[in-house]
Amino acid sequence: MDGEADETVAVGDDCVPGRRRRVHGMLKLYYGLNEEGKAAEESESLDPCDINGPHFDPELYLNKLRRECSLAELMDQETCMVKQIRSLDSDMQTLVYENYNKFISATDTIRKMKNDFKKMEDEMDCLSANMAAITEFSASISGTLQDQHTQITKLSGVHTLLRKLQFLFELPARLNKCLELQAYAQAVSSHRRARCVLQQYSHLPSFKGIQDDCHAIMDKLAQELRQKFRDGGSSAKDLSECVELLLQLDEPAEELCDKFLSHARSRLESDLQGLEAEIRPYPSAAKDASARRSPSLADNSPKFNTLPSPTSNTDILEFIDRGCNEFVSSLCLVITSYQELFINHAQTGELVSKNIPQMANCKLHAFVDNLAARYFSLVERRIQEEKSVGDNSLLVRALDRFHRRLQAVAKLLPGSAVPNKGTEIVIRAATERVKQYLSALQSFYMDSLTDVRQALATPRLSVAGASVAGGGAHLGGPGPGRDAPNSLPELLSSLSASILNQIKSVLASVHLFTAKDITFSNKPYFKGEFCSQGVRESLVVSFIKFVCQSSRHFCESAGDKGGSTPPALLLLLSRLCLDYETSTISYILTLTDEQFLDQHHSPVTPVTTLCAEAKEAAQKLLNHYVKVQGLIISQMLRKSVETRDWVNTIEPRNVRAVMKRVVEDTTSIDVQVGLLYEEGVRKAHSSDSSKRTFSVYSSSRQQARYAASYTPSAPMDTNLLSNIHKLFSERIDIFSSVEFNKVSVMTGIIKISLKTFLECVRLRTFGRYGLQQIQVDCHYLQMYLWRFVSDENLVHFLLDEIVGSSAHRCLDPAPMEQSVIEVICERGVFHKNGRPSFKVQLAVATRGAHLIGRLFFSPPSSDDRRGM
Amino acid sequence: MEDDAPVIYGLEFQARALSAQTAETDAIRFLVGTQSLKFDNQIHIIDFDDENNIINKNVLLHQAGEIWHIGASPADKAVLTTCYNKTCDSRVVSCAAVWRMPSDWETGSHESPDDTAHNPQTLELLCHLNDSAHGNAACVLWEPMGDGKRVISLADNHALLWDLQESSTQAVVSNTATLEGKGQLKFTSGKWSPHHNCSQLATANDTAIRGWDLRTMSQIYCIENAHGQLVRDLDFNPNRQYYLASCGDDCKVKFWDVRNIQEPVKSLEEHSHWVWSVRYNHSHDQLVLTASSDSRLILSNMVSISSEPFGHLVDDEELSEGEDNHQDDKGKEPLKDSVVSTYEEHEDSVYAAEWSSADPWLFASLSYDGRLVINRVPRALKYRILL
Repeated sequence: MDGEADETVAVGDDCVPGRRRRVHGMLKLYYGLNEEGKAAEESESLDPCDINGPHFDPELYLNKLRRECSLAELMDQETCMVKQIRSLDSDMQTLVYENYNKFISATDTIRKMKNDFKKMEDEMDCLSANMAAITEFSASISGTLQDQHTQITKLSGVHTLLRKLQFLFELPARLNKCLELQAYAQAVSSHRRARCVLQQYSHLPSFKGIQDDCHAIMDKLAQELRQKFRDGGSSAKDLSECVELLLQLDEPAEELCDKFLSHARSRLESDLQGLEAEIRPYPSAAKDASARRSPSLADNSPKFNTLPSPTSNTDILEFIDRGCNEFVSSLCLVITSYQELFINHAQTGELVSKNIPQMANCKLHAFVDNLAARYFSLVERRIQEEKSVGDNSLLVRALDRFHRRLQAVAKLLPGSAVPNKGTEIVIRAATERVKQYLSALQSFYMDSLTDVRQALATPRLSVAGASVAGGGAHLGGPGPGRDAPNSLPELLSSLSASILNQIKSVLASVHLFTAKDITFSNKPYFKGEFCSQGVRESLVVSFIKFVCQSSRHFCESAGDKGGSTPPALLLLLSRLCLDYETSTISYILTLTDEQFLDQHHSPVTPVTTLCAEAKEAAQKLLNHYVKVQGLIISQMLRKSVETRDWVNTIEPRNVRAVMKRVVEDTTSIDVQVGLLYEEGVRKAHSSDSSKRTFSVYSSSRQQARYAASYTPSAPMDTNLLSNIHKLFSERIDIFSSVEFNKVSVMTGIIKISLKTFLECVRLRTFGRYGLQQIQVDCHYLQMYLWRFVSDENLVHFLLDEIVGSSAHRCLDPAPMEQSVIEVICERGVFHKNGRPSFKVQLAVATRGAHLIGRLFFSPPSSDDRRGM
Repeated sequence: MEDDAPVIYGLEFQARALSAQTAETDAIRFLVGTQSLKFDNQIHIIDFDDENNIINKNVLLHQAGEIWHIGASPADKAVLTTCYNKTCDSRVVSCAAVWRMPSDWETGSHESPDDTAHNPQTLELLCHLNDSAHGNAACVLWEPMGDGKRVISLADNHALLWDLQESSTQAVVSNTATLEGKGQLKFTSGKWSPHHNCSQLATANDTAIRGWDLRTMSQIYCIENAHGQLVRDLDFNPNRQYYLASCGDDCKVKFWDVRNIQEPVKSLEEHSHWVWSVRYNHSHDQLVLTASSDSRLILSNMVSISSEPFGHLVDDEELSEGEDNHQDDKGKEPLKDSVVSTYEEHEDSVYAAEWSSADPWLFASLSYDGRLVINRVPRALKYRILL
């Protein structure tokens, strides 16, 4: 009870809402719903003195109150508590009452609801019964209709199928009809429509039959189309239709292209064969021969080979014409129609997707390239046959035509390499031509040289014959040998002129290549390289170089033996080269540059280089000429010295014939050189040099020398004079370069001859008369040779050396009286009586008749013969 | 680095014959034979003192006749051969003989060249190499590097192989070879090959060069028209057994490989007159000496056909101007055959040139007027070859 009382007290303390809550909480507590109250419980009522808390401990609370509160307060507390208890009691009563009322009304409501539901349930049952009836009806209706519906559907399907089948069944007939009417297009489209179905049902025998029929018909059709296509003669439109249809018939495009092309190829091929047949009958003949060879005799083959390969009956222009008209024009036709068929046409249709134009284009290119290559090879072969350099215009015109016609191909087939190749052929032909001209020039030059050689050889023999006979050969005067040397300048001028003419005509011929009206002349090659490299360098410059080269070759090949090239030719060539150096080269090159103006100024061989080369060649030739002539004379002198027994010779009564021969030859060389070269400068000498030097030669110096030899005490003196002389004279180069004039050439020849004489003399031992003979010979040479050389002292010096050396090599050096020498020499020169006198005095009588200009030889005496 | 000036020695007589004293490897010594028809001929023994640049000479008399060719024994310093002309019954005959120098020649006067006129000693004749059947002797060749017991003499168109017996006092013909053909053939010159065990000989006659096998005395090759004119001299490359140099009257010096005789390996045309002598340096076969009657002596450096490997280079300019002391190297240029130097000390035709057997860098040349010139290889070249 206390508890309740406390509770009430506590309740009494709270305000109304709190109280309500508390009541509510308590109700909750009552119904075991204390979950929510837990928190409140924990937060509020830990204090055991909280009267409203769950842990309220009345004992503690009471004790606490007792301890803390006064009596009055206790009393108040008690009153308050009683009040609270009372209010709580009343509240409880109210609540109970209220609850009770609610229960009552709820019971009423439930009862009412129970009634209502009952009613509803009945209605629902009724409804469901109705629905079931409806469903039943509907099902029965649809069940009866179903059958008819399916039948209708089936019937309509059968109908369409039947129509299709009818089409199919009619197809072969229809196709046939189309075929008859040549309505290929219709046939193809019909067939195309049916094709898939037939394909699909081909396992059914009836369809199979139809398909087979169709196939057969279509094959026939395709056959016909192909035939039509193959005939090619039909119009382009027909053809294109044909091709289109064939394409639609799934005829592979590639195959069609190939067929088309191969068809075209066979036609072009025949053109080519026609061309080939024209080129040269003999390769086929050779083939025949080889085919026939096995059974036939072996000696058949050489017969075929030796057949003079007949150059084509047609000239190149005709050939090219034919090539252009037949091959190139057909090729163009083929290209156009092909492009029409496969490329242009296909571009519009659905075939584009199959890359057919590209493929077709590739094929076309390959086809054209292939055929053009064959054509080109034929043309090239034909061009190569054009060996004769006679008429260039024909070739140029042919090439022009060739080139021009290829432009058409270029227009039709923009990407093709054909025109370029054609241009290359033209270029090659032009270069080849230039080469041919060069070799023609070269062979012309060599032929001219052979002519010159022959011209030189014939009269030369007569000179030699005349002098061998020894019959009154004239020195410096008119004689039998004069005709030949006289013609030297003429030979030179005619050679030079003919070469120049040849060059000019060649240039004119080559010039045709660059003429304005020639299509290829405006190609960069013909504007630039052809002019500079082709014509100027490889034709003109090469030719000039060849001339120099061949000249040098003469020096080298003939170098050792000296016999193979006639010296006169060397001389002539040397002059020719010199002329080239001075004028001809620059003339020719100016001419060339005028005709072949090169805008690009590519590097070319300058004139100066060529001139230098020509000059070098000229120098070499002239040096070689000197050497050869010198050697010829040397050889005579050498033999004359080597073969004679100088110890046991007899007293000299005559100049040895060999000396006369030397002088004679020297004179004729002088004449020869004089014909082609200028005189040149010589050191001044008095009019009667021979006389003056004669005395110098004979007098003091020579005497002193011999005198020295006699004194045994002073062997050193022997060389003194000669050494002193050498000290002050220039060193003599024997085989040295000569200048381009007569005097220098003659000096060279004489130097070589006399030096040989000297060296030979030094190898021999002389008797007294041997020495005297040398004296006489040297005096004789002295008399005649001075006039040929630039510096007569040179001759004096060398002759001095010879006499000095022979004196040294003499066992018994007793020189001949100078006057006697003179007499002998003069007698040797001028001899009227048939028999030479042995007496010197007799010879003296003839001295007065000594004429320098006109000298006569006596026939060699028996002594001279032995001396040789 | 100035090159030493040439040393010139003058003989009183004209001279053609020159030889190095082959057996002497210490002293630089040359033998010169004179040509005089009127006086007793002499053999000058020229000693060259390299350090002091002085020439010492000794004269031995060679009374038999004028000397055309001289050859020193490779084994015995004192032994030599000469080819000489003698006149008898107004006929000139060429003979060959082996001589011994008197043992005390060196004790002779050393003072001055002029003193030698009195009391020169005479050569001691060992034996004649004459066989009356075989014409005039052109030259005598010692077996190279042999023991001095075998010589070959070339006489007209015969090649005679002699065995020297009894210390060279007796000569016996052991074998002969004869040149046969049209006309009067005559050997002009020859050389005994130091290769192939000294079993080969090369000879020159007219324009042809022939090789002979001494064992069979038969011809093994023949270079027809080796030169345009007469062939004057031959020499074997001391190191390359198939290489042969020749020179002749066409002013050319040609180098041959005898295995391929169609074409010369190399041809030089530097002289302006006949080339009388060609000599390989004994040690450095790129150095070739040629003497010509244009009074010049030319030293060529034939690197391209030398046995020495390419490697040391020769500066052309420096060599051609031997006296210039260019020391600056102008970089190594590619090797080229070149004329090293042209010696112009002679006034007359130079008929003979020889390398010293003692000093490979030294050579002598002899001109007809009796002038002997001793020269050295330019130092620049020498160092280039050595280094």
